[in-house]
Amino acid sequence: MIVDQTTFRAALLSPEAERPIGLSDGEGQPAGRRFDVYRNNVAVSLTEALETAFPVIRKLVGETNFKLLAGAFLRQHPPSSPLMMFYGAEMPRFLAAFEPTKSLGYLPDVARLELAIRESYHAADAAPIEPTALQTTPPDKLMASTLSLAPALRLVRSPWPVFALWQFNMAGGPKPEANAEDVLVVRTEYDPEPVLLPPGGGAFIETLLSGAALSEAISAASRDAQDFDLSHLLTILIGRNAITAIGESP
Amino acid sequence: MSNMKTNLAVAGAVAAALTATMTAPAHAQAKEKCYGVSLAGKNDCAAGPGTTCAGTSTVDYQGNAWTLVDAGTCAEIELPNMADGTPRQGSLEELDRDLPA
Amino acid sequence: MLDASSHPFDRLPNTPGVGYKPQHFSDLLENPGSVGWLEIHAENYMGDGGRPIAQLRHLSERFAMSVHGVGLSIGGEGRLDPDHLARLKNLVGWLKPASFSEHLAWSTHDTEFLNDLLPLPYTDETLTRVADHIDEVQEVVGRRMLLENPSSYLAFDESTYEETDFLREIAKRTGCGLLLDVNNVFVSATNLGTDTISYIDAFPMDLVGEIHLAGHDEDHDDHGRPLLIDSHGREVAEPVWALYDYVIKAAGPRPSLIEWDNDVPDWPILEAEAARAARILETVG
Repeated sequence: MIVDQTTFRAALLSPEAERPIGLSDGEGQPAGRRFDVYRNNVAVSLTEALETAFPVIRKLVGETNFKLLAGAFLRQHPPSSPLMMFYGAEMPRFLAAFEPTKSLGYLPDVARLELAIRESYHAADAAPIEPTALQTTPPDKLMASTLSLAPALRLVRSPWPVFALWQFNMAGGPKPEANAEDVLVVRTEYDPEPVLLPPGGGAFIETLLSGAALSEAISAASRDAQDFDLSHLLTILIGRNAITAIGESP
Repeated sequence: MSNMKTNLAVAGAVAAALTATMTAPAHAQAKEKCYGVSLAGKNDCAAGPGTTCAGTSTVDYQGNAWTLVDAGTCAEIELPNMADGTPRQGSLEELDRDLPA
Repeated sequence: MLDASSHPFDRLPNTPGVGYKPQHFSDLLENPGSVGWLEIHAENYMGDGGRPIAQLRHLSERFAMSVHGVGLSIGGEGRLDPDHLARLKNLVGWLKPASFSEHLAWSTHDTEFLNDLLPLPYTDETLTRVADHIDEVQEVVGRRMLLENPSSYLAFDESTYEETDFLREIAKRTGCGLLLDVNNVFVSATNLGTDTISYIDAFPMDLVGEIHLAGHDEDHDDHGRPLLIDSHGREVAEPVWALYDYVIKAAGPRPSLIEWDNDVPDWPILEAEAARAARILETVG
């Protein structure tokens, strides 16, 4: 009896499926639960990868529930790449549809933040600009320039208090209150850090990331929040080594 | 295009930001930066702990075994559901009615 | 940067090495003990930058490095993933490791990566496929690789080759070297009721570029027979040390890795395992 890999794989992720025929214990008996070693390895290793990737989701739903959730996720979304460090990209959509979690409206955005932190951790290194370059560029030229942001920078905009939820679970922060929050993930050196953006900050960064000029980013931010504070935003970006180039507007 | 007033505002904002960041601590030396917390890489060639659990569990991983006992911190969080505008609470207690009978 | 011709670590030394874990970064720099080289799992260092890559650059100036792939699926029925091959080529290209190795196993099916080293039968068909894949890897990555013997929990009725013959024939066809995992030999022999010494005696020792040692767990099959699990989560077992001693006396000293991937201990415990390997290596000088 030939056991091809399609047959082997089909039984691997389905505990209820029959084990393939044609596998033995080496002494003529059917392999039996020896096959389950592989079933277990796959499920355990993928569950552990998800536990490592989503510590906040795990705390929010509890360890036992997370294992259950991981068991469902890994069967619905087995990895499509051998890089376990990026496994779980479908988690936000999964949480929004998974029956036990779909009423927890904030979970998908918390998962997006956790994915952003992980991407930031592994992103390319980039040298920041000399901050004084912002001052030596004439203001009208600066306004017409683009600002390139570090490859490790990520923006997560949410109608939920995702930053407060992260802090509550990871840094002993206070109980989250109902606010929409935009979070910037920045990596000053090697440690990704979520930073709560002030009003207008999300629109500002989003516009810069689209490649538009600084003047357009300021306009977008001011439309979003009348009290938009440019110097606060620049302080965040400069202080975290997040601006990597001043460029000509297209 | 930008006018004189916004140019002045931008110049002021840049100056204020530079002042604020000048007080930031100097960066650590290259080697020290290499220490610090590492996120675990999860590719390895080891096997899991035996044959007994996750891969062969008969527990229904479709969600029926979801437990409120091991609720996690979401039990402490009550957020009105802003995302879809319904008055539902984003809290775990509400799960009861979402579970199939 | 050093180029390949002037690289101080062209080959792994015949000393103990350890599987690198980031929590041991400072211990390794300050108190490496008998550890002369490090092995990394290739896939954990395929990001674009950040701390993992920075640590690797730093360590590679001090230690000979071995890149050990765990995700290439050389035994897979499908073609090798060209994106993954390109990532391997890139990593091996900049790190210039002293050794590069992978497994006799499969882990990818269609587009799914199953994150385990899954077994394959030993037949003419699988031999041709594995040899073709190794040819491709060596061609793309641009260097000779070592192929590691697996730990087995079951056997395929369709197999027509002994594992040692299968490995020898692959090496003959492709020119690759072999990585002998002594714990895997012990685990497989116990699980399948075969003899470890016969396996070692039949193994083409002249092709062995590296040895692996690791701890295993004990479980039982449906009939109460021992079923050993290659868990890498504890000290190397006594009979595995005895087998290692036999291998070294038969083959001479070889670069010997302590693998400890689960429940990773504090540095002194891991270093003590390496020191034990060093003492055995010294007996044959």
